[in-house]
Amino acid sequence: MMMNMKKRFVYIAFTGILFGLISSCSKNLDIKPNTSIDQDNAVKTSDDVKAVLVGAYSDMGSRSLYGGRVFLEQDLLGNSDDIDWTGTYQGMTQIFQKQIPVDNSFISDIWLAGYKAINDANTVLDNISLVEDVDKPQVTAEAKFIRAASYFALVQIFGKDWNNGDPASNDGVPLILKSTTDVDATSQVPRNKVSEVYTQIISDLTAAVADLPETNTFYANKIAANAMLARVFLQKSDFENAAIAADNAISLGLSNNLHLMDHFADAFPTKDPPKSIDNTAEDIFSMQVTNTSGYNGFNEFYAESNRGDITVTDDHLAKYETDDDRINMINGDGYVAKFDNVYGNVHNIRLAEMYLIRAEANFRSGLAAVGDEPLNDINVIRERALLPGLDAGDLTLDAILHERFIELAFEGFSLQDIKRNKLSVGNLDWDSPKLVFPIPIREIRVNSKLTQNDGY
Amino acid sequence: MRKLKLLPVAVLLLCFQTIFAQNRAISGKVTNDQGNPVANASIIIKGTNTGTVSQSDGTYKLSIPASATTLVFSSVDFGSKEVAVGSQSEINVTLKLADKSLQEVVVVGYGTKIKKDLTGSVANVTAKEVNNTPATSFESAIQGRASGVYVQQQNGKLGQGINIRIRGASSVTAGNEPLYVIDGIPVTSADLSTNGAATNSLADINMNDIESIQILKDASSAAIYGSQASNGVVLITTKKGKAGSSKIEFNYFTGLQKPTGYRDFLDTKQWLAYQERAAQGAANQDFLAGYYNTLDDALADYKDYVEGRFTRYSAGNDDWQTAKVNTNWQDEAFQRAPISQYDLNISGGTDKTKFFLSGQLLDQTGILRSNFYKRYSARLNIDHQVKSWLNIGMNMNFARSRNDRVSNDDQFSTPLQIVALSPITPVIDPRSGLATGALDPNTGRPNTNYPVYYNPLLSVLDAFYKTSVNRTFGNVYGNVSFSKYLTFRTEFGIDQLNQVEDDYNGTLTARNSGVPKGSGSNYLTQVLNYTSNNFFNFKKTFADIHDIDAVLGMSYQERNYDYNGASAEVFPSDAYKKLVAGASKTQATSSSSSSSLLSYFARLGYKLNDKYLVSLSGRIDGSSRFGANNRYGFFPAASVGWIMSEESFIKDHISWLSFLKLKASYGLTGNDQIPDYAAKGLYSAIPYGGDAGQVKTQLPNKDLKWESTTGTDIGIEGGLFNNRISFEVAYYYKKTKDLLLNVDVPSSSGFASKYKNVGSMENKGVEVTLNTANIVSHDFRWTTMINFAANQNKVVSLDGQVIGDDVNKAREGEPLGVFYAREFAGADPANGDALYYKNTVGVDGKIDHSTTNDYNAAEDVRIGNPNPKFIYGFGNTFTYKTFDLDVLLQGVYGNQIFNGGGQYMSASGSNGFDNQTTDQLGYWDKPGDKSMVPEPRLFYANGTNNSSRYISNGSYLRVKAVTLGFNLPKNILNRVKIEKLRVYVRAQNLFTITKYKGWDPEVNADYQASNINQGVDFYSAPQLKTIVFGISLGL
Repeated sequence: MMMNMKKRFVYIAFTGILFGLISSCSKNLDIKPNTSIDQDNAVKTSDDVKAVLVGAYSDMGSRSLYGGRVFLEQDLLGNSDDIDWTGTYQGMTQIFQKQIPVDNSFISDIWLAGYKAINDANTVLDNISLVEDVDKPQVTAEAKFIRAASYFALVQIFGKDWNNGDPASNDGVPLILKSTTDVDATSQVPRNKVSEVYTQIISDLTAAVADLPETNTFYANKIAANAMLARVFLQKSDFENAAIAADNAISLGLSNNLHLMDHFADAFPTKDPPKSIDNTAEDIFSMQVTNTSGYNGFNEFYAESNRGDITVTDDHLAKYETDDDRINMINGDGYVAKFDNVYGNVHNIRLAEMYLIRAEANFRSGLAAVGDEPLNDINVIRERALLPGLDAGDLTLDAILHERFIELAFEGFSLQDIKRNKLSVGNLDWDSPKLVFPIPIREIRVNSKLTQNDGY
Repeated sequence: MRKLKLLPVAVLLLCFQTIFAQNRAISGKVTNDQGNPVANASIIIKGTNTGTVSQSDGTYKLSIPASATTLVFSSVDFGSKEVAVGSQSEINVTLKLADKSLQEVVVVGYGTKIKKDLTGSVANVTAKEVNNTPATSFESAIQGRASGVYVQQQNGKLGQGINIRIRGASSVTAGNEPLYVIDGIPVTSADLSTNGAATNSLADINMNDIESIQILKDASSAAIYGSQASNGVVLITTKKGKAGSSKIEFNYFTGLQKPTGYRDFLDTKQWLAYQERAAQGAANQDFLAGYYNTLDDALADYKDYVEGRFTRYSAGNDDWQTAKVNTNWQDEAFQRAPISQYDLNISGGTDKTKFFLSGQLLDQTGILRSNFYKRYSARLNIDHQVKSWLNIGMNMNFARSRNDRVSNDDQFSTPLQIVALSPITPVIDPRSGLATGALDPNTGRPNTNYPVYYNPLLSVLDAFYKTSVNRTFGNVYGNVSFSKYLTFRTEFGIDQLNQVEDDYNGTLTARNSGVPKGSGSNYLTQVLNYTSNNFFNFKKTFADIHDIDAVLGMSYQERNYDYNGASAEVFPSDAYKKLVAGASKTQATSSSSSSSLLSYFARLGYKLNDKYLVSLSGRIDGSSRFGANNRYGFFPAASVGWIMSEESFIKDHISWLSFLKLKASYGLTGNDQIPDYAAKGLYSAIPYGGDAGQVKTQLPNKDLKWESTTGTDIGIEGGLFNNRISFEVAYYYKKTKDLLLNVDVPSSSGFASKYKNVGSMENKGVEVTLNTANIVSHDFRWTTMINFAANQNKVVSLDGQVIGDDVNKAREGEPLGVFYAREFAGADPANGDALYYKNTVGVDGKIDHSTTNDYNAAEDVRIGNPNPKFIYGFGNTFTYKTFDLDVLLQGVYGNQIFNGGGQYMSASGSNGFDNQTTDQLGYWDKPGDKSMVPEPRLFYANGTNNSSRYISNGSYLRVKAVTLGFNLPKNILNRVKIEKLRVYVRAQNLFTITKYKGWDPEVNADYQASNINQGVDFYSAPQLKTIVFGISLGL
């Protein structure tokens, strides 16, 4: 059949359309993402690097890290008779029962969250050349603060305590100080020694102390860096330096309008219905939670209005002195009321802790007291709790530690305090391998250079 | 079906027979090859629409004009026969039973083929099997009907996820669902849900619009879809109008649905005794751990504690002491569940214009409280011949669905988690007179610690999650015939889906939502996919023996996804449910993503002498999803067939062998189902304290490319005894390489995973289909269909990785999703501790089978496999006069189920006060007891970590569908001038034979279902057992 002219025209037209489509469509294969953005467009200016720094704070505040869970999980592991766990998360039950399988996902979440924040901080440091000169020192210092805080959380739970054997031969966690651009064989980093990790933490925090401003809205400032440093020295039982750092935090704090809240409950403000609330005058550093960002991991499990998985035992209540105002932060049904605001900031470092560190460190250093006498510091805490001050004769290490225990209860200090003070958890001694988290099996699978902890 | 369309014409003609009175009369009788009369055979004058039908005794009379030369005799189930009229006045004809299936025209990518000429492997499901199935989505209707197609509905929630695996899973972390193409246009089948459990966007399709479903299973038939074809392709063709008198068809059914199964939980007396025992077990452990000085102290303390809790969970009173309340909470999760469907379609046309118009309403109540589904849909398919060389048309569907959903399986608010509540707890709290948990008189607010968990009934009362979808999909097309042989088709298709999810949780739900004054969210998802297909088709027979059928074309697809979400909290009262009333806005978000696919394709089919078949095809795909270095891929395929029965050595010598074809194919297909920007390094915004931040969230991989699957298929098709028996056997081997893996990387990099092409996986299997016409007589007809498919999946290489965060794993050398955990050894007879087999491999290579109570000291081993060894369907259809009965059995065999909820519901008190399954009563009680149930210990994880303790046999055989119908006989129909009247009763999932003790063995926990996570039960709702009465009326 012959094709007539009209059909020939149609044929040519359709062929033309076909090829027209082909050439116009091939350009459309390069589609730019707009929700997340291409890395090539992400870090180009000083502001871009500062945005990564903000992101690093956010990752530091992840629910598994300074958002709360890492501390709460240590309280579960370090508990013998203070709290009951009635939650449904089996991973948490395992921690509470000190029978932790190596595939516990809550623990692998901490590992990942820690290194996310570290990688963010490293990204800031690796791109510091983009930052305006005037801001370079502070941006660097903030990134180092975040990196140090993250490493401190990790080394405390995944490594043996500083005082347990030789920190120079005990495995800590891998020290990674460069941001990740790609993953290859070199990404399999072995564990550094506990002492190496501490050295890095102290070096980062010392640098942060030097270059951070005294006030920096809710971001890390000189006070926070000193406070973190005080924690680190205390954990090392380096009482001399702990006292100095705590004193620096207190004196800088006081001169910048920080003070203990009049009432204990005011240090844990809440609103009904819940709303985000600015830092209190007692907050040295807190992870910010609003109704649109951040996460309060303590609230999740402690608050009666949330999961309410943790209740306080009668044994714990028996540890309070009569009239201690702090017992009122435990409600009638045994729920802890410190974290009732689902949109409340996570009060990571309170000024009260610095008084307690300074008191303990001064008391134990055997040197002349830095800043103030331990008795005064302890009584500052006691008086706020509506308790009578101790007499000089009553001031013992046990009294100081007891004050610390009551003041900071449920805020994530119990396990590390037990370790550094060589106490026990039920039948488990302070140096029991069961009180160290396992290295997540997932990490060992993908990184053959990682060693597992004893007992797992 | 083609022959049927003339029936009404013929019937009409009968009525006006007198018109033709002056013509010549012909009469005769139509019989089958056994000499029995064939009723309702059509006798048509060739080249016209004029004709008649035979009577019940096979006789016919017909007036024919002088110009008529040939009569065409045909009937359903029989081959047609042409007879020259000549000068005869009596023509008697014997029709042979035909194997219709071989003549069937099946749709393949960008064209059609006669089934006989197929060289690939295509499963075919027709309207008859799909239409009027009382289910939300059409996949349920093909379950058990298409060999090699594994259909698994995750649970009995309406309109939710269905997993389909065609010849096994071909990918580990990229998508495993097939490509769905409706009338030539790929459609969205993605899950668009925001509540953590998948929805099925194919539920928008009206099943009664479906004319046929072709499932392209082997690589050669699917390869024309290139990078989207690795998981097979499902081609859906909708009904079209036919020339002739217009038809009206009305379908209606209504009935009830029930759960297919229940689980047994402890009653009040059992539960109280169990909890007391668990308290003793825990007291002993606490004492041993040094928390108490004496055992008696511990026992007393625990007794005090649990009895305090009994009082709390007994609504604050002592009723528990007399076991006064015995609530079966499971019953409270379910509701009466009616289903109705109204369906009307009108079709018809002239030689030039044909149309099909339909409308439907499906109104379905779920078995779970608060679960409802309603769908309205309308379709217009129209085709018009503009010029002798130009056809244009449109197939357009509009659907509106509204799904009142329940929470995902992992939420306290999902109805079936109600089983965790204590039997001592009353449904109505006597203190408030309200639903338990609704009001704590002390605070004036919902209770925070009564009952033991959040009561899901509070969500029934004061929460909703409504998903509304408006969807338009369809295409417009033009068909140009340049000559008899060469045509060009251009089609433009869209699939536009707008989904609104409206979520509200009122004050009663405070314990679950975590906020006291109500919270709500609203999510808008818009999907716009469009496709342009443009292709030439050339069909010609040269020298009578060379048949050529060629396709050449291109296609461009663009997929756009837009999402907006907002949330708010703090409402003035429960009367306000829209976000405008929320004082605190907690979320405002929007996101979008797009991808595009540019393709060129060609196919050449060649047939020699009606015996030798060859088909070659190729497709080049360019996709925006892949790395700049590997953007284009080429997907070739080849297949051959040999119709041996056309050879004279069979045709002339083996009369019982009516059809025999050997075929073989080989092809390469791809998988592009990964996130749109998987190849790029990405930063994401992340706010902190009101400031804007960003972090790197994805590592780049410029080399990322297609996952490619090579498939080999060898098959044999045959027909015996005039095709009374027909069979098809296929063996296939598929190998997928360059798996698109989200590969685990050391988290110390700051990243958990990275997309890479590593590893390979294989599937091999056998499929057998057998169709027999067992009895074919005038009044009684019995046919049988059997299909069987055994697939063996194996992950060959993953670059040494183990993938999977849950009990399902992808492991080298094992089937995908294999259950890997400790091997449970029951209770230690000495102390009731849970024991595990160590299964450690010693230095001598021997496996240590001794037991340990230290979970970490034991090794994970394979404890089960969620993939069935084989799946099968067995259908029988009986027709006796005007009655018909269709029974379909469907089954899977050889798979296991892991009860993910076992750690709570069968958990030795490890989770405190959760109610337990009755099989926990056989626990270890005292030294010397031998039991597989460890000692109950309140809040102690005694044997609740993942292990074979929670593995069960998942095989089942189900009476999937039974239909008993009655058709009003033709003579009555003719008298009342209607074409068809059918009444029927139909049952789905009528009963199930299984050893599985859970709700239903067809299960996959919706909140975690993935390629790897399969076969897990987690408070998952059972499937629906449905019985409906229906009527179909044709005018």
